[in-house]
Amino acid sequence: MSARRLRRRIVSGAMTALVAVLSFVAVLALVLILGYLVSKGASSLDWSFFVKNPVPAGQAGGGVANAIVGTVIIVGLAALIGLPIGIGTGLYLAEYGSGRLGWVVRFVADVLNGTPSIVVGIFAWTWLVKPMGHFSALAGSVALAVLMVPMLARTTEEMVRLVPHSLREAALALGYPRWRTSLRVIARTALAGIVTGCLVGIARVAGETAPLLFTALGNLNFSTSVLQPMQTLSLQIYVYATGPFDEWHRLAWAAALVLMGLVLLLSLAARWAIRQRHGAAR
Amino acid sequence: MAPPADARLQLETARLTALYGRRAVVKDVSLMFPRHTVTALIGPSGCGKTTFLRCLNRMHELSEGGWITGNVLLDGEDIYDPGVDAIRLRRRIGMVFQRPTPFPTMSIYDNVAAGLRVNGGRPRAEVDAAVEGALRRAALWDEVKDRLRHSALALSGGQQQRLCVARALAPEPDVLLLDEPTASLDPAGTQHIEELCHELKTRYTICIVTHNLQQAARVSDYTAFFYLGDLIEIGRTEELFTKPTKEQTEAYITGRFG
Repeated sequence: MSARRLRRRIVSGAMTALVAVLSFVAVLALVLILGYLVSKGASSLDWSFFVKNPVPAGQAGGGVANAIVGTVIIVGLAALIGLPIGIGTGLYLAEYGSGRLGWVVRFVADVLNGTPSIVVGIFAWTWLVKPMGHFSALAGSVALAVLMVPMLARTTEEMVRLVPHSLREAALALGYPRWRTSLRVIARTALAGIVTGCLVGIARVAGETAPLLFTALGNLNFSTSVLQPMQTLSLQIYVYATGPFDEWHRLAWAAALVLMGLVLLLSLAARWAIRQRHGAAR
Repeated sequence: MAPPADARLQLETARLTALYGRRAVVKDVSLMFPRHTVTALIGPSGCGKTTFLRCLNRMHELSEGGWITGNVLLDGEDIYDPGVDAIRLRRRIGMVFQRPTPFPTMSIYDNVAAGLRVNGGRPRAEVDAAVEGALRRAALWDEVKDRLRHSALALSGGQQQRLCVARALAPEPDVLLLDEPTASLDPAGTQHIEELCHELKTRYTICIVTHNLQQAARVSDYTAFFYLGDLIEIGRTEELFTKPTKEQTEAYITGRFG
């Protein structure tokens, strides 16, 4: 009896240690990346880095103001296009998607989810850049939106499915029409989860480079016109990191740190949004 | 062929059969619900009493494969008539479920007002009055009047269930359907709901499904005993419990099966 207990204790201890080590490894990767970014990039971060535009190669100084603004515009526009479509599709899948059409939509979303982002970029180039005759931020936003939609659709669907069936019945028994039940009761109850899904989705595409290479292209100057080429942080990092100048490498690290910071900020906002909802519900 | 509308008769089923696909779970049941009385539906689990209840406000047809034959008459009018809008109908028949189902994102006030607002915009004062009235009738007003804007989830289980009663009452239905409303409540919460039944029947026609025979005996005027989808016996509650006419009924109420 006591031998069995001893054996249990040993196995339990070993398993706990194993799991702890594995979690440590997982966290270690993030810590290393962040630490390396900070050590390489933090020294280049100053006020002018955020407010100045790039200077010609060879000159010292300059910043990435155009890339930061470009990232916000392109990702923001992508969210504007992608969020309604993605959330709407998710609601449809969860509420009405039990039939054949639902199966098809779900399948397409899963395939799209696994599509390499560069393929989406080529698609946007073929359908938007070529007909329009020039690169544009809009084409980049569309490419990012296409990446976002399947992700949002499946997350929204999962979140809506988590809402207990009894709530739906309660609303229907009160004389709610079905669409109103979906929007006023089901979607609102699932809102915290949907908001998180959206922010995670936005954060994911904010770091995309490949689909922007032949859509938004990049721009050395400050531009806010969505019909013109536009710079983003990811594109800037790509150009600077692969360039021959030490100054560029230094700026690439700093830009990477800023991009990471933006994504982190979005994730924090997601957590905060959830806590607000939960706080209100308790 | 609808019988003449009797002023004493609020709700009636005529040869009602409820099916899931091809499987009948309620078979050929004809029952009458006199106005402003409480009718209890009793029977062992799976006897079809909940499904029967869900036919009375056309919730059964929302279940996968759910359909019915026969008639359900509300004030002499067949609610399954093609001209009847099921959504509007459900506003005339309130329902409370086994577990409390307050809408988690809404405040106490908004929960009660939910059924009113779905009918379209109404003046603020009117909604206020209706919410207060419904909460009073559900014996919850004194406990929540100072925190109407708080989340409904902050209430205890028993309070949540009374909130659901208030929510069902706010649109002024004619009939109240209670599906094992005390199944998840403690004795105090159960007693509250039972007392409510007595008070509410002065204004509403109530149909309550219950597993608890003492509860049926305490709250109802009539009791219907279901077994395997059949209505075995219906009668005045005191008669059904003291001298049942069918052997199955007697076996069930004396605890020999079920």
